[in-house]
Amino acid sequence: MVPARRKFEWLDLLGILTGLSLMAALYGALVYAPTERIQGPVQRIFYFHVPSAWMAYLAFFVVFVASIAYLWRRSAFWDRLGRASAEIGVVFTTLTIVTGSIWARPIWGTWWTWDARLTTTLILWFIYLAYLAVRAYVPDPNRAARYAAILGIIGFVDVPIIHMSVVWWRTLHPEPVVVRAEGPALEPPMLAALFLGLGAMTLLYVYLLVHRVMVEEVRDDLQLIRQRLGE
Amino acid sequence: MKAAIRVEGLEKRYGLTPALREVSFEIGPGQVCVLLGPNGSGKTTLLKVLATLVRPDRGVVEVGGYDLRRQGRRVRGIVGFLGHQTYLYEELTVVENLRFYGRMYRVADPDRRVREVAELLGLEDRLDTRVRALSRGFQQRAALARALLHDPPVLLLDEPTTGLDADGRRRFAGLLGELRARGRTVLFSSHAFELERGWADRALVLSAGRLVFNGPAADLAADALVRGEAHARV
Amino acid sequence: MLGFDRLLALVAKDLLIELRSRDVAYSTLVFTLLVLVVFNFAFELRAENLQVLAPGVLWVTFIFAAVLTLGRVFGAERDRGVLEGLLLCPVDRGAIYLGKLLSALILMLVVEAAAVPAFIALFGLNLPLLPLGLVALLGSLGFASVGALFSALAAHTRAREGLLPILLFPISVPVIIATVKATTAVVAGDPWELTLPWLQLLIGFDALFVGISYLVFELVVED
Repeated sequence: MVPARRKFEWLDLLGILTGLSLMAALYGALVYAPTERIQGPVQRIFYFHVPSAWMAYLAFFVVFVASIAYLWRRSAFWDRLGRASAEIGVVFTTLTIVTGSIWARPIWGTWWTWDARLTTTLILWFIYLAYLAVRAYVPDPNRAARYAAILGIIGFVDVPIIHMSVVWWRTLHPEPVVVRAEGPALEPPMLAALFLGLGAMTLLYVYLLVHRVMVEEVRDDLQLIRQRLGE
Repeated sequence: MKAAIRVEGLEKRYGLTPALREVSFEIGPGQVCVLLGPNGSGKTTLLKVLATLVRPDRGVVEVGGYDLRRQGRRVRGIVGFLGHQTYLYEELTVVENLRFYGRMYRVADPDRRVREVAELLGLEDRLDTRVRALSRGFQQRAALARALLHDPPVLLLDEPTTGLDADGRRRFAGLLGELRARGRTVLFSSHAFELERGWADRALVLSAGRLVFNGPAADLAADALVRGEAHARV
Repeated sequence: MLGFDRLLALVAKDLLIELRSRDVAYSTLVFTLLVLVVFNFAFELRAENLQVLAPGVLWVTFIFAAVLTLGRVFGAERDRGVLEGLLLCPVDRGAIYLGKLLSALILMLVVEAAAVPAFIALFGLNLPLLPLGLVALLGSLGFASVGALFSALAAHTRAREGLLPILLFPISVPVIIATVKATTAVVAGDPWELTLPWLQLLIGFDALFVGISYLVFELVVED
């Protein structure tokens, strides 16, 4: 079991750091960054939408790694990590889709478009759901962990294929603003706001992840104690 | 001589519930061994581990010299397992079922072997009957036929006599004699402690996943403590 | 080494059972025909919109039929406890997966082969059979590749076959897109170069996921 005292301290520090960075990101997005000429103030959602999207995909990558590690090592830690990352990832994915919708409405006139990136993110959302459903519907924990890991691997391998097929099918998303061959098309203050947002979201993700894994660890320990008492 | 079955430090848990705890024993080739213990003591789990149906968490298991983890396929080739289910397809006839498993086990001269096994178990008249239409007793026999089809050196039988009448039990005792005469190793689990102890050379007794007795079947009566365990909840 | 004889034995066994019980094919066939009729009411398919809607109608029908077939592929096996019987045999667990994959694929193709003439008869649109057959083969293999794996997985859960669509649909989105696009090109008589990339996508998907499922199948059925 974890020496409770020490972890508590650095986790606290991380929490404070996360809070501060979120505030900085808010400032950056709402005040510091200049208003975009064409889209107006609504464009500021971009500073939360894009980092959310990156987190959604990062979280799934972590699920992928944890799934492989679990099947290889069969240690409970990797299973907990996978589950935690999936739960947080689905939240970030939801956030991405919702902020994307809010942004799309005034700009494109509709709540939803079937363009490549939004569609892939929507499918990712469903894959997350499938992962969590498998965990929920399998009573035996070892089996659930194995099955979830299989889905984590298959899902992750599939995402680029899904993206490719959707891109071939249709494209409407605004030109990739940041990741482009000639370099980002954002002015420096906007870039700064974006990276502030990214940093804050990453810290938030890590903070939530560590907490969630710890909760699962404690829950398992409790079950073990109950089990031993019952014997 | 190399042991037919060698188990060392075997452990298995389902979730947090332990099913087998540090089980270690050896069974020599040609021995007939009875596996006893109350419900939930881990008899079925142990037999399933040996049949490669259940993967152990820890421990070394060798059957016929083959390591369970790395040579599972080979283990399956030399093991015949009889479980709680018949493993027969109800829509197919007995002979169709046996032919199918004969192909899966790559049995040499399958038609002859099917006839042999059918004769051994008194199924000659039922070969063309769909399994669904058979009585429970005959379904058990057909299930046993399936287990014996590839003439495995090691037989793992999970409660083979449960539900059989006196005639069925007599037949089974005869079958055990036949298998012993042919040098086959048999490990069978039983609920009927007193009656079936006499059929075996050796006895293993499980209690709550632990091996509490491992020795000649005849010695079992003398061990009062173990007897108390084995009688409990049977 | 691969044991084609055993693969054949597995498939033959499944098809023999299917012939005897007519469990899967019968209900799936009737269901498929009903779906086509429902589509007529849903979209008022006429000559004008038919060419545009036909590929989608056809493939939604095929997908529903696939889910039904795949759900039964392991559901019945597990329910009757016969899956363990297969696990006792001296074969690689992956070979059992391949056997089920082939059985499911054959059943799916049979149902599709019956649905196509029904479609032509009901809606009067002539479909180029050979190219369509190729797309159907590659697409069905795509669904079956992950479908057979997920069917085994779902059979071991509390929700049983109900979980299968939740797992299958998102993962097989590339197959859905590719088959509809390829069918559209084929029906419109487009040049081969337009259809080819979609077929390549299907082939890639099939190869990749048959491979992964083969390797991973043991983890689903072991205890």
